[in-house]
Amino acid sequence: MSATTQAARKQFSFAEFHAKYGTIAIFAVIFIVSLLFVPNFSRATNQMNVIRQMVVVTLLAFGVTFVIILGHIDVSLGSVLALCGCVAAAAMKATGSVPLAVGAGLGVGLISGTINGAIITKFGIPAFIMTLAMTTVARGSVLIFTGGRPITNLGNFEEIGNGNIAGTPIPYSILILALFMVVSWILLNRTKYGRYVYAVGGNQQAAIASGIDANAVVRRSFLYNGLLCGLAGVVLMSRMDSGQPAAGIGYEFDAITAVVVGGTSLSGGRGTIVGTLIGSMIIAVINNDLNLLNVHSYWQQIAKGLIILVAVTLDVYTKRART
Amino acid sequence: MTTSSGESYVLEMDKITKSFPGVKALDGMTLKVRPGTVHCLVGENGAGKSTLMKVLSGAYTIDEGRILFKGNDLHGQKTADTLELGISMIHQELSPVREMTLAENVFLGREPSPPGRSGRFFVHFRKMYHDTKELFDRIGLPYDPKAKMSTLSVAGMQQVEIAKAISRNASLILMDEPTSALTDKEVDMLFKQIRELRAAGVAIVYITHKMDEIFTIADDITVMRDGKWIASGPASDFDQEKIISLMVGRTITEVFPKIEVSIGSDILAVKNLCGKGFRDVSFSVREGEILGLAGLVGAGRTEVARALFGLDPYTAGEVFIDSKPVTIRTVRDAIAKGIAMVSEDRKQEGLVLMRSVRENTSLANLRQFAPGFFLDGKRESEVVADMIDLLRVKTTNMNTPVQNLSGGNQQKVVISKWIMGDLKVLILDEPTRGVDVGSKSEIHKLMCELASRKLAIIMISSELPEILGMSDRIIVMHEGKMRGILPRGEATQESIMNIATGASQRIA
Repeated sequence: MSATTQAARKQFSFAEFHAKYGTIAIFAVIFIVSLLFVPNFSRATNQMNVIRQMVVVTLLAFGVTFVIILGHIDVSLGSVLALCGCVAAAAMKATGSVPLAVGAGLGVGLISGTINGAIITKFGIPAFIMTLAMTTVARGSVLIFTGGRPITNLGNFEEIGNGNIAGTPIPYSILILALFMVVSWILLNRTKYGRYVYAVGGNQQAAIASGIDANAVVRRSFLYNGLLCGLAGVVLMSRMDSGQPAAGIGYEFDAITAVVVGGTSLSGGRGTIVGTLIGSMIIAVINNDLNLLNVHSYWQQIAKGLIILVAVTLDVYTKRART
Repeated sequence: MTTSSGESYVLEMDKITKSFPGVKALDGMTLKVRPGTVHCLVGENGAGKSTLMKVLSGAYTIDEGRILFKGNDLHGQKTADTLELGISMIHQELSPVREMTLAENVFLGREPSPPGRSGRFFVHFRKMYHDTKELFDRIGLPYDPKAKMSTLSVAGMQQVEIAKAISRNASLILMDEPTSALTDKEVDMLFKQIRELRAAGVAIVYITHKMDEIFTIADDITVMRDGKWIASGPASDFDQEKIISLMVGRTITEVFPKIEVSIGSDILAVKNLCGKGFRDVSFSVREGEILGLAGLVGAGRTEVARALFGLDPYTAGEVFIDSKPVTIRTVRDAIAKGIAMVSEDRKQEGLVLMRSVRENTSLANLRQFAPGFFLDGKRESEVVADMIDLLRVKTTNMNTPVQNLSGGNQQKVVISKWIMGDLKVLILDEPTRGVDVGSKSEIHKLMCELASRKLAIIMISSELPEILGMSDRIIVMHEGKMRGILPRGEATQESIMNIATGASQRIA
């Protein structure tokens, strides 16, 4: 968290201020307005509910932040998540072992990430097209694999998504989220790899001319993205206590919205993990508000569309102000 | 159309001035072209030839002066207007629409419409192909109007561009170094076409710096230098030596902070290196030496440098470092062997503009700060701060995005990125282009300092004073080949330009 605030303190301009603090300010306003005007918003049970609900999409968003900073995209998150989650559920049912189930889910995520990264870098296919293909392949696979029916009777599998750490009111899922937030932050801010992600996303030609293996950076990022996608799948299915082959539709949209609202540029080179967390919190609170206010789900879709539109417009605007 | 001297001109450009922030690109430039003649416009790289042409084609508006074309004042005209009046331009880099047919390219922007009320909306393809076929037959082009532009060679595309100019009834055609991508045979065909155009009364302004071409094709010659008019007259009034001395005739006022360094043994040597845009290049560069690579734009200097740095492949030849043969296939190979390059386009290949000074400076050497998995941010900051001090980079702090820095300071960041590492050979491609005078001098000082630390430096520069002021030895290239090696004491602007324009060669 300190890196973003530190950088901002040293130099001041409106564009910089928006880039660094804009999303926090927006979140604060939305949160306060919700506290004051949305019935039941401030209840502790509701707050906990909001946090539990945002875990899955936020995990996806952390992973895809790397991909988007590189200037790529992943639209297959929702269906890969379903495939990973259902494989984990099936493994749970077959073996009765939670570690094996989690391992299977993460393994499928890693495999899909490897395939995405390998084909994108090897053949120079746009990430959008590759992951679009992956979307239907993964969804088709999970429907074949499950026969289109939910996998149920999963024993203590639901502990991951619904259980609390023994003797505390803290859910496992939040622990997982916090852990991977720290891991993602460290990867992006404290390793060579993280620097290379920003450099390749900002100017691939210059990165290559600095001796960086840009393709390796892209492959690793899709791998990490796949891992988090698998994890999100495990958490989601565990929370539902079943393997749902139709789950996760449209989750990639929520994740990408969170990343973009959090200030990561779709054209690459810029973005932060803290920003993504705040973006995700904004989306979660707005979703919660709309539910509490009994807004019809059809209208909710319109609201989400407008949010991403405003976020991208702001991104373009601040970029123009900066140069 | 008739001036007081009684001569008639199709084009009169009088005392044209055009400034860009910080540079006077044209300074009282004058050019007068007679109808039905080929007028060669000659000058060094950066003399202002291209700016003058852009002014004429309506791409730039002038600050002062007057342009008369067939008696019309061209002031404030847009490109579309000058085309309409009969001025066409054949650019050095052709940009046809490759996926369209030849006829579609010829009629681009003025597609014929079928007769009738709805005509404006539709394209009369039959007429378009018919007219193009007729045009091609008339001027002797063997191409099918329905073929795609992408099926033609560069020379073919150029012929179609010329046909397009003819179909617009151009009475003045501007050609900007039209032979730079042509083979000898294709050049002959171009000249034949130019002579036919001339016979038909079309005037041609022909930009080049190749001496043999000038004396083959020119009726009149105008020499320009530093945006100023230097001399004009019929071709018979000039010879090669005269043109070259007029082109480079400036006196060098700049003082270069050259320090004499004792020069050691060979560090980098190349033998018979061949690649795209150059062939049979052999030279060596020694400890403490600054080797200048001179030549005109397109002579193959940058291509040699890119091959040595692993950005483009070389197809034949050998590279030696410390007398040991090495193979360079990627930038990583080059860096591992201690070769670094500051590219001529720092925004494309030198910097990640939106990222900070710190990240850009350490980008190529992060291994230094991360022996294991984690980056040692504190040590990185210390080293970057040292670099900022050493090169006197003017920046608010090291977290400022590089895009907020001036051109000179950006260039210093690119240089510091490389000298931070373990370096033997530094290649600088136009190191002071687009850099302010103060930073320029600091970069020159730094080059001398690096040389005194036993680094071997290869400097590509199109500025003759810089080449002469900074180099210990000078290699001159012409059309992809090395045509001369001159020691510091013997090189002059004239001797370099003589070799660079192909007028003579000298391998010492």
